[in-house]
Amino acid sequence: MTELWNGLLRAVELIITLDTEVMEIAGRSLLIAATSCTIATLIFLPLGSIIHFNRFPGKRLIINITQTLYSVPTVVIGLFVFVFISRAGPLGNLGLMFSPPAIVIGQALLVSPVIMGLTISALSGVDKGVSRTAFSLGANRYQATALVIREARFAILAALIMGFGRAISEVGLSLMVGGNIRGFTRTITTAISLETSKGELELSIALGIILMSLALIVNITLNRIQHRKE
Amino acid sequence: MALLQASQLSKEYDGRPILRNITVAIEKGEAFGLIGPTGSGKSTLIGILDLLEAPTSGSIHFDGTDVTHNKHAQLVARRRMSYVQQKPVVFNMNVCENVAYGLRLRRRKNKFARQKVEEMLELVGMSDYASRNAKTLSGGETQRVAIARALVTDPEVLFLDEPTANLDPLSVSKVEQVIRSIISEKKVAIVMATHDMVQGQQLATRIAVLLDGELMQVGSPGEIFSAPENEKVAEFVGIRNMLPGKVVEHEDNLLTIEVGSGQIQAVSENSMTEEVYVMVRPEDITFTIDRTVSSARNLFHGVIKKLTPLGPLVRIEIDCGFPLHGLVTRSAASDLELAIGKNVYASFKATATHVINRCP
Repeated sequence: MTELWNGLLRAVELIITLDTEVMEIAGRSLLIAATSCTIATLIFLPLGSIIHFNRFPGKRLIINITQTLYSVPTVVIGLFVFVFISRAGPLGNLGLMFSPPAIVIGQALLVSPVIMGLTISALSGVDKGVSRTAFSLGANRYQATALVIREARFAILAALIMGFGRAISEVGLSLMVGGNIRGFTRTITTAISLETSKGELELSIALGIILMSLALIVNITLNRIQHRKE
Repeated sequence: MALLQASQLSKEYDGRPILRNITVAIEKGEAFGLIGPTGSGKSTLIGILDLLEAPTSGSIHFDGTDVTHNKHAQLVARRRMSYVQQKPVVFNMNVCENVAYGLRLRRRKNKFARQKVEEMLELVGMSDYASRNAKTLSGGETQRVAIARALVTDPEVLFLDEPTANLDPLSVSKVEQVIRSIISEKKVAIVMATHDMVQGQQLATRIAVLLDGELMQVGSPGEIFSAPENEKVAEFVGIRNMLPGKVVEHEDNLLTIEVGSGQIQAVSENSMTEEVYVMVRPEDITFTIDRTVSSARNLFHGVIKKLTPLGPLVRIEIDCGFPLHGLVTRSAASDLELAIGKNVYASFKATATHVINRCP
């Protein structure tokens, strides 16, 4: 109990004093998670829309596989990326191993099934009458699609929040392909892992509280945007 | 050529026929009613006519252009039509934005769009709701917003699919009033699908009866409700007295038809086979307790078998050698002291009958 209390006090102290290392780690965590989510969104939101709006053989299978991948362990993605970017791997000559871009790639792969799958679910949840109504009012295929996506905007935003939450909270992948290098690839989660293994529980708890606070701030901000638009 | 001409349309879903050989023409500015029971294919037909669905076979011409397969021509034609679905969908935006949607698709200027939206909301009596989120409206209000949204683009054809289904009586009355205003104020052809025959009769100038995917009869409300062409239509439009009989005498237009143990005199201008159906609308039959002298050629003595209250009316069924159904007001039933087992006289004019050939 004392450790928890001390951890809380330490967290307050680190935040108030704007501790350089903590701020740097927090900033890096946010930047990596935001970048990976943005990349995944730019690719997999349109892809999810294409899958939803088109009929083709194997569509159901793709959706089932995507949904299964929601819970893929981060270390499996880490291993997959590791194999590709290690020196012996097909992308080894790019020199990405133990660098922030390696974590970004891994996190983007990690959140892509969530963003794509939940985008498909969000679009499926829109009343079928919306596109029919749009067509009946003179919309072409693209205009009707845009309207359906607009109608699903809040559910899609929820998908992005879920994706961001998964990215910023993962640790296995960042450790495997980032290496937890101080001042370069250390993120909040890898720092917590390291400090805990060193027995620095107060710092770990402080970093944990900062991580939770960051996730809370992002969620509150997105929710406020959602409510304002409603 | 008619504004919208459908020829030999058929539609199948998974090999199951939904529509069969439908040929129909919609003229500019007319109010066309499409009546039929639930599941008869009305919504499918409207979807095809509005070019939202492709027919399995047949062709559609809009304003002289064949639009059956040409996607670009379909979009152009669809932009000259509008459709209010049976369960209208409003978008998650305010009423004003909902109504303006069709204008935005056509890239109309903001000032023009604002004026048109205000005009349409005024027409449907929803001006006070302009800034409300459309998702928060009641069923009747949603229906009126959907009508305003469909009308704002000044369509040449407006499809209304069951416009008052699932609405409370007050909302039905308001929506019907809006439709009447559109018919009288706008130069738009209205195609209205309804299973409510009274509504179809009141609002349409021409009616088509769709039964089991087949267009049975097209005509004026008077023709449909008083002179149905076959038994199915007669049954659907509520002619309860459809009596199978045999023509025993034919003199000019006057037929004497043997029905059960009685003979009915009927007027028909069509040539008749021996086996026929005689139809008499229940409201055309007069009931008296005593045998009275009147100009009616048909007078039958019978015994009341059944009395069924229908709001302000009472349906009366008598046996006069054949079953005969009539309608009397509740006060008339009370004055005549009608009761089951009581003897009454039923009379109707020969001109109140309608005779059709009976299919073998």
